[in-house]
Amino acid sequence: MSFVFYVLAAMTLAGALAAVLLKNLVHCALSLTVAFAGLALLFLELGAQFVAFVQILVYVGAVAILVVFAILLTRSAETPKAGGVFSRTWLAGLSVAAAVFAVLGWAVLESTPWLPQTTEAPAADVEQIGEALMSRYVLPLEIVALLLTAALIGAVIVAMHEKEGAQ
Amino acid sequence: MLGEGILKGLAETAKNFAGSYVSKERLTTVQYPEERIAPIEATRDFPFLVYDGEDWQAGLRCVACQICEKECPPKCIYIEKSKDKKPDYVGKPQIYPARFDIDISVCMSCQICVEVCPFEAIKMDTVFELATEDRFGGLLLDRSKLAKSNEYYHTIHPTEAAEVDARLAEEKAKVEAKARAAAEAAAAKAAAAPAAAAGAPAKTEPPAVKPAGGAE
Amino acid sequence: MLEKADQVFVLLLHWLVGYLPAAWQPAAGVLLCVVAIIAVYPTLFALAVLLERKGLGRMQNRYGPNRVGPFGILQPVADGIKSLTKEDIVPFTADAVVHFIAPLVLVVAVFMGFAVLPMGRNMVLVDLDASLLFFFAMGASTELSVFMAGWSSRNKYSLLGAMRAVAQMISYEVPLLLSTVGVVMITGSLSLVDIVDAQNRYTWGLAHWNVFKPWGLAGFVMFVIASMAETNRSPFDLPEGESEIVAGYFTEYSGFKFALFFLGEYVGMFGIAGLGTSLFLGGWSSPLAILNWVPSWIWFFSKVMVWICFFIWVRGTMPRLRQDQLMNFAWKFVLPMTLLNLLVAAEWRFVADLWLRWIAGMVIVVGAYVLMGRVGMRREHFGPRTYRYAE
Repeated sequence: MSFVFYVLAAMTLAGALAAVLLKNLVHCALSLTVAFAGLALLFLELGAQFVAFVQILVYVGAVAILVVFAILLTRSAETPKAGGVFSRTWLAGLSVAAAVFAVLGWAVLESTPWLPQTTEAPAADVEQIGEALMSRYVLPLEIVALLLTAALIGAVIVAMHEKEGAQ
Repeated sequence: MLGEGILKGLAETAKNFAGSYVSKERLTTVQYPEERIAPIEATRDFPFLVYDGEDWQAGLRCVACQICEKECPPKCIYIEKSKDKKPDYVGKPQIYPARFDIDISVCMSCQICVEVCPFEAIKMDTVFELATEDRFGGLLLDRSKLAKSNEYYHTIHPTEAAEVDARLAEEKAKVEAKARAAAEAAAAKAAAAPAAAAGAPAKTEPPAVKPAGGAE
Repeated sequence: MLEKADQVFVLLLHWLVGYLPAAWQPAAGVLLCVVAIIAVYPTLFALAVLLERKGLGRMQNRYGPNRVGPFGILQPVADGIKSLTKEDIVPFTADAVVHFIAPLVLVVAVFMGFAVLPMGRNMVLVDLDASLLFFFAMGASTELSVFMAGWSSRNKYSLLGAMRAVAQMISYEVPLLLSTVGVVMITGSLSLVDIVDAQNRYTWGLAHWNVFKPWGLAGFVMFVIASMAETNRSPFDLPEGESEIVAGYFTEYSGFKFALFFLGEYVGMFGIAGLGTSLFLGGWSSPLAILNWVPSWIWFFSKVMVWICFFIWVRGTMPRLRQDQLMNFAWKFVLPMTLLNLLVAAEWRFVADLWLRWIAGMVIVVGAYVLMGRVGMRREHFGPRTYRYAE
C-alpha cells in the first residue's frame, strides 16, 4: 500500500462521494467520471494496463457521456437555485451507496480468500487476456456478444417505431 | 463513383493554390495602404459644407435654415444660427451658421441632408480614412473641418458639381434678370410718373415678372 | 555521423541526464521528454495555423496574412500576444468551476496521447503494451471536456455545439477504432513501437507500409475520414459551424482559455495524424530503402505535416455536411467499410499465396467500395431534408 495508492483511493472516494452528495445532476455525473478515472488509475497502479485503458475508454469516454446525455434529455437544464451545493437527500443517497457497498463487500469476502498470499503479481497483459477470452471464456464472450446484439437491435427497433409516426 | 466529386474539388483547389503563385490576375486583392483604386464617382460617406471663393467663412453657402438638422434621421447635425447677417452668393443678406457640427460616429451616410438642402450647401464627401484616437471629440466635426471649397467638390464629384454650378448660375442669372427688370420698371415708372396717372405701374410690372416665372 | 543525426535527441537526453545522480535519472529523463513534447507541438501549432491561413487564402485566390513580419510569418506571434492580453470573460450565469476546468481537461488529455507515439527511432516516452488503447482512451476523454465547456457556459449555442460534438465524436470513434483493428490483427500487437517496427522492412527497396496493402489502404482511407470527424475538422466541423451556432462549445470562451481550446484542437490533430502515420504510413521509417540515411524524426514530422496539409486542403475544398448526412455517412458507409475491412485483414492473415491474397483483398475492398457508393450513398439520402417537429 504505497503513497500513490492512498492518493488515488482518496481521489476515487472523493469523486464517488461527490457523485452521491452533490445537488446538480450534471455535477454528479462529472464527479462520477472522476471516480471512474481514479479507478482506472488504481488498475494502472496494480499493473493491469489493459483493464485501466478499457476503463477510461468505456467508462470515461462512453458511459459518462451516456449518463450526461440521459440527464440532459430527460430533465430541463434548469439547476436548483437555493439551498447550497449539497443535495438535501444526501442521507438517502449515502445509505443506498452504503448498502450497495455492503453487498459488494460481502460478495468479495465470501467468494475467494481476498487477501492474496502470493507475493508475485499476476501479469495480465493484452495477449493473455486475448487468449483467455478466445479459449476458456469463449462461450461467455459469445453470450455477451449475442446479448449486446439483441440490445442493439432492440434500440434500432425503438428508434424505427418512433419514426413511423413522422409527419 | 463515390468520391469522384471530392477528387474534382480537390483538383480545383489545388489549381487555385498553384495558380495564385503563377498568375497575378487570379489575386484580386488590392494591397490597400500601398495600392489604392480610384474611388468611383458616386462614392459617398459623410457630408461636408461647400463654400465659394477663397475665404470659407465668407463663402459658406449654408444659411442655417436648419432643414437638414430637422430631417436628419439619426440626428447627428447641430446648428446654431448667427445673430448678424452676411451676403450670400447672389448678394442677398442671409444669416449664417454660427455653429455647424456633424457627429460622424452617428451619421449613417443616408444623404438625406443633401437631398433636402435648398441652397446646395451640403454635399457628400469621399474621405474615408477618418480613424482617430479620440472617439468623441475626434469624430465630432465642426464648421472649420466641414467647410470645403467648391473646387474640391469639383474634384470628387465632377458631374454632379457641374450640374450644381449650372443650376446656381441659372438661378443667379434669374435673380439678376429680375433685379434688372425691377430696376428697369422702376426707371420706367420714374420716367412715366410725371406723364401718366397712378394706375400705370400695375400695367408695366407683369411682363417683367413673367419670363422669370416661366423659366421656373 | 548520420547515425548520430538520427539519434541526436536521444543522445542529447542522455548527455543532459548524465549530470544528475543516478537515482534521479529516470524521473529527470521523463520530465525532459515531457518538456520537449510540450515545447515542440505548440510550435508546430503556430506553424500549422500560419500554413492553414496562408494555404486557405491561396486556395481562395487571396494572399492570406502578409502584414506581420516578412510574408506574415510572425502572424502566430501576434495572434498569441493578442489572445494572452485579451480580457478573460466568464459569463455571469456560467458554472465557473466547470467552465475553468474544461479547457484544462482538453489540453491535458490531448497532450497525454503523445506519450506513446514513437516520433523517431528510440524516441518514445513510454513503450506501453497497449499504447494504441492508451491513445484512444485519452482521445475519448476529450469528449467530456467538450461537453463540460458547452454545458457550463449556459448558452444555447454552446450546448448545441457540445451536443453535436459529442454525438459526432461518439459516432466516428467506432469506425476510427475499427479501422485500426486490421493493423493490430496483422501485426499482432497493440504497441505502436511494434507496429512501426513491423513496417520498417523493405522488399526491392520499397517499405512494407500498411497503406500499400489492400486492407491497409481501405483502413487508411477510413481512418483519415474518421480522424477528420474526430478532430472536428471541416467538412465535419458542425460542432463549431460559424453560420449556425457562433463557435459551438467554446462560444463563451475568450482570451487564453479560447487559445487553449484552439491549441487543444490543433494538437489533437497532430496527435491523430501521428497515430495514423504510425499505423499506416510506417511511422518514422523511410518509404525507400535508399533514403534510410535521412534521420527518422524528420520522416515522422514531415509525414505529420503532410497529413496536416491534406487536412487544410480538404478544408479549403469541401462545404460543411449536415447533421443527418454526417450520421448517414458514419453508420451507412464508414462503419460497414471498416467491418468489411476486418474480413480483408483476416483473409490477408490466413491466405498464404501471395497473388491470391492480393487479388482477393483488392476485389473485396474495391467491390465493397463501389457497391456501397452506389447503394448506400444514393442521392436520395442526401437530398432535401424533411423535417419532423416535436409534439
